[in-house]
Amino acid sequence: MAKKSLNIVESAYRAVMEEQDDTILWLVAAMQGAGGSHTVVLRGNAVNYAIAGQGAPGLTVGEWKQSQAPRMDRDVADLIENRKIPVYVVEEDLAERGIAHDELVSGVKLVSRRALPRLFAEYEIISHW
Amino acid sequence: MIKKTLTFALMDAPYESANLTTAFRILDAAARRGHAINVFAYEGAAALAFTRQSPHPNPVHGKNLAEENHPTTKDQVAALLAEAARNGGKIDWVNCGMCVDERGVNEFVPGTRRGSPADFQTFLDASDNTLVIPTK
Repeated sequence: MAKKSLNIVESAYRAVMEEQDDTILWLVAAMQGAGGSHTVVLRGNAVNYAIAGQGAPGLTVGEWKQSQAPRMDRDVADLIENRKIPVYVVEEDLAERGIAHDELVSGVKLVSRRALPRLFAEYEIISHW
Repeated sequence: MIKKTLTFALMDAPYESANLTTAFRILDAAARRGHAINVFAYEGAAALAFTRQSPHPNPVHGKNLAEENHPTTKDQVAALLAEAARNGGKIDWVNCGMCVDERGVNEFVPGTRRGSPADFQTFLDASDNTLVIPTK
C-alpha cells in the first residue's frame, strides 16, 4: 500500500518552456502511475497553474519552432480527471493575486491557510517543492 | 539600422529555469536584426551547446518522440547561429572551458568554441552593451 503523499508546489513556471510542463506536476503524475497515492496543493505563485484558458505561444529561435508549448491548466485538469490526483489551491494566495474562483479549472479544490494543518494530518509524507 | 555589438553572459543550466527562455528570445531578436553578438556561456550554461543532448518521448503526455518534439538547447543554439548568419550578423559563442570540463560537456555545436574569462573580458571591452543574465 503506497504511503499517502501531499505535494506542496510553490515554485511556478520554472523551465516550463524547455520541459513543456512543470517538472513536479510531471513527477507526481508519473509516480501516481507507478502506484503512488498523491495529492497536490498549489500555493504562492503556483496557484496560477489552476487558471483555465492559459497558454503560451511556442518559442521561436531562428527557424526552430516549438510545437508543444506548455499548458499548465491542461496539466492540472489531467491530474484531476485522468490520474485521480486531488488538487487544492490556497484561497488566500488566489485572493492576493486577484484570481476569482470561477477562473479555475473544474475540479480544483479550495483550502484556506488555516485549514492546511488539518489537511497535513491526513498524510504520511509531505513534500514542499 | 545601425548594427551594434552586444555581449550576453549566460549562467543557467538547460532545463533549470525560465532565464534561458528569456535569453533565447532576446538573442533571437538580436540575431534577426543582424547585430554582432557575443555569448559567454558560463557555469551551467556551458552545457547549452552540448551536442549529445537528445529529445525524448513523454509517456506522461502520452506522446511519442516525434509528437513530443522536445526542445533541446543545442538545436536552439544552432538555430541562433543560422539566424544571425542569414541576417548578416555573427555570433561568437564561447563555452567556458573549465565549466565544460567539470561537466563533461566538451562536444559543442559547430560554430561555437571553447574559451575562458579572457574572452569575456575581450567581449566587454569591444561591445556597445553587455547583458548579464545570472543564475539566482
